[in-house]
Amino acid sequence: MRVFVEGVGLLGPGLQGWKAARRILAGEEPFRSASTIIAASELLPPAERRRTPVPVKLALAVGQEAFENAGRDAASTATVFTSSSGEGETLHQMCETLASEEREVSPTRFHNSVHNAAAGYWSIATRSREASTSLCAYDASFGAGLIEAMTQVVSLRKAVALIAYDQPYPEPLHSARPLLASFGAALVLTPEASGRTSATFELELLPGEEKPARMSDSALEELRLGIPAARALPLLEALARKTQSDVVLDFLTETRLRVSVNPC
Amino acid sequence: MQPLVISRFSVVNSLGAGSAAMLRALREKRSGLAPCGFETARIDTYVGMVPALDDLRVRPDLQDYDCRNNRLAQLCLEQDGFAREIAAARDRYGAGRIGLYLGTSTSGLHTTELAYRRRDPKTGALPADYRYAKTQNAYSLGEFVRCYLGLSGPGFVVSSACSSSAKVLGNAARMIAAGVCDAAVVGGVDSLCLMTLYGFHSLGLTSAGPCRPYDVDRDGISIGEGGGFALIERADRVEPGAILLLGVGESSDAYHMSTPHPEGLGARMAMQQALDSAGLDPSDIDYVNLHGTATKSNDASEDKAVFEVFGGQTPCSSTKGATGHLLGAAGITEAIVSILAIEHGFLPGSANTRSVDPALKSNYLLENKQAKVSRALSNSFGFGGSNCSLVLGVAQ
Repeated sequence: MRVFVEGVGLLGPGLQGWKAARRILAGEEPFRSASTIIAASELLPPAERRRTPVPVKLALAVGQEAFENAGRDAASTATVFTSSSGEGETLHQMCETLASEEREVSPTRFHNSVHNAAAGYWSIATRSREASTSLCAYDASFGAGLIEAMTQVVSLRKAVALIAYDQPYPEPLHSARPLLASFGAALVLTPEASGRTSATFELELLPGEEKPARMSDSALEELRLGIPAARALPLLEALARKTQSDVVLDFLTETRLRVSVNPC
Repeated sequence: MQPLVISRFSVVNSLGAGSAAMLRALREKRSGLAPCGFETARIDTYVGMVPALDDLRVRPDLQDYDCRNNRLAQLCLEQDGFAREIAAARDRYGAGRIGLYLGTSTSGLHTTELAYRRRDPKTGALPADYRYAKTQNAYSLGEFVRCYLGLSGPGFVVSSACSSSAKVLGNAARMIAAGVCDAAVVGGVDSLCLMTLYGFHSLGLTSAGPCRPYDVDRDGISIGEGGGFALIERADRVEPGAILLLGVGESSDAYHMSTPHPEGLGARMAMQQALDSAGLDPSDIDYVNLHGTATKSNDASEDKAVFEVFGGQTPCSSTKGATGHLLGAAGITEAIVSILAIEHGFLPGSANTRSVDPALKSNYLLENKQAKVSRALSNSFGFGGSNCSLVLGVAQ
């Protein structure tokens, strides 16, 4: 399976946008961890902007950056959202309310609790009526999103945006499922080259014995291991370095994904 | 798209365990809905419950996955010879060549609801026996079924609310087309929990009685629990009579998080795309299984969309008056209803609906009907404006 990479979006601790972060990932600047800054999305009308949970803002922010870099219209592009954690804060608030005497849950909170909340807000914000899906595969969620997005591009011959994101849970859920930090990555993938194409990806499935690529910087490697969406980092590093490389990505126990990255 | 064979399926919901039980109940126009007695829920509504789940436990070697949702998954895998058929498919293809694409909206969320009642009074910590990954996470269902069936192909869970387990048929079709796998297990499971009961109630979307799709006095949904699975394979050697997945259409409303587009725009796009991907005209469809949740807004907007695509002749009905709204399991369950319609020439009339809303223009079936069904279309729509339509048929 071969697709073209047209745009990238990235947000993580010390990785504030693809434009800034690519120099870090290319090894031209040192990585310094800092809190992920997630701004409210200007794509949404003010009333909606206030109601959107943080994971939705995170997904919208990286998605928007990827489309800006791709110079492509989001309204006519299909999307694949993938997240291990989904809507943690909303889940926590709902479970607290349901454990209380009153049990009066907020209707807005309820519709924000669905795993596809980000996809719903994205389609409202961008006016995209294209197909959209929302995936989860626990620690394998990024690999799941990548294989689904690439399969869509190849079988439907249409551009697809992959938006992977994870937001740490509040306590007490955080102790049960610790995630290191907020992290989102987005890729606009197309079936044919365009003026904005920066690389091609060729995907192959490998047996689980293959070792996934690690980040040479130990702090970045910590992120990769600590956040399912950050399993994308070796792939983003290859894009940033603009050199041909074969990147083995973590996926399910029995399967790894090998992506041959060819800059163009 | 290339047609694919649906060679085996299984189903469980409040109508019974197995497809024969569901078909019998639909033929009798029996409803599985009853006043809500789920756990500590105090809501004036009806639900479609699977009572066997309370006493069931998952297979001992997978006991860490034990939760209401995975119990329901196991019960469903044990119906209709499904697990046995997958074991044979594993021998045929190899465990790594069978994909697994499942839908759920709430997975094992009820486990978390219970754990929040047992938080440490001092620290607020969840109890030590709480297992997030194997119960709460959306992928819990995927991993449990993967282990239960001994599969190791590429897979994941789709969680796009009430369209989840319709959309997985699209995932399977694309993965098989791209050569990622040779066959796929698809399906969906959703079980009762407090979040959905209180949540839909807070939106004013639950009916106090059993839900009445397309009724002039419809006033909301009845939530149900259920599961369904299907084995999808390439249609290389198709025997006449084989059930085929012919088309999939997916769209987004881009309108509102919990209210469908009033003109049914997204729904219409999904149906049209499903027909296009099957290379069929609306007149080729003999029966439409509607999403038909029995809320004022869903049925009105879906009716506009169906009427626009099919006109007022094509027979259609919602089976949610019988099963309740199975949320993330609705798509696969209603795909199986559509398959039963094809196999048995049986068009189910709408349980609980008394008089069809005169404002709705589609040919809505109140009574059961026997007629040849060569092709059926099934609709599933969800929160976030996520729409999916499937076209199913039979090999000639």
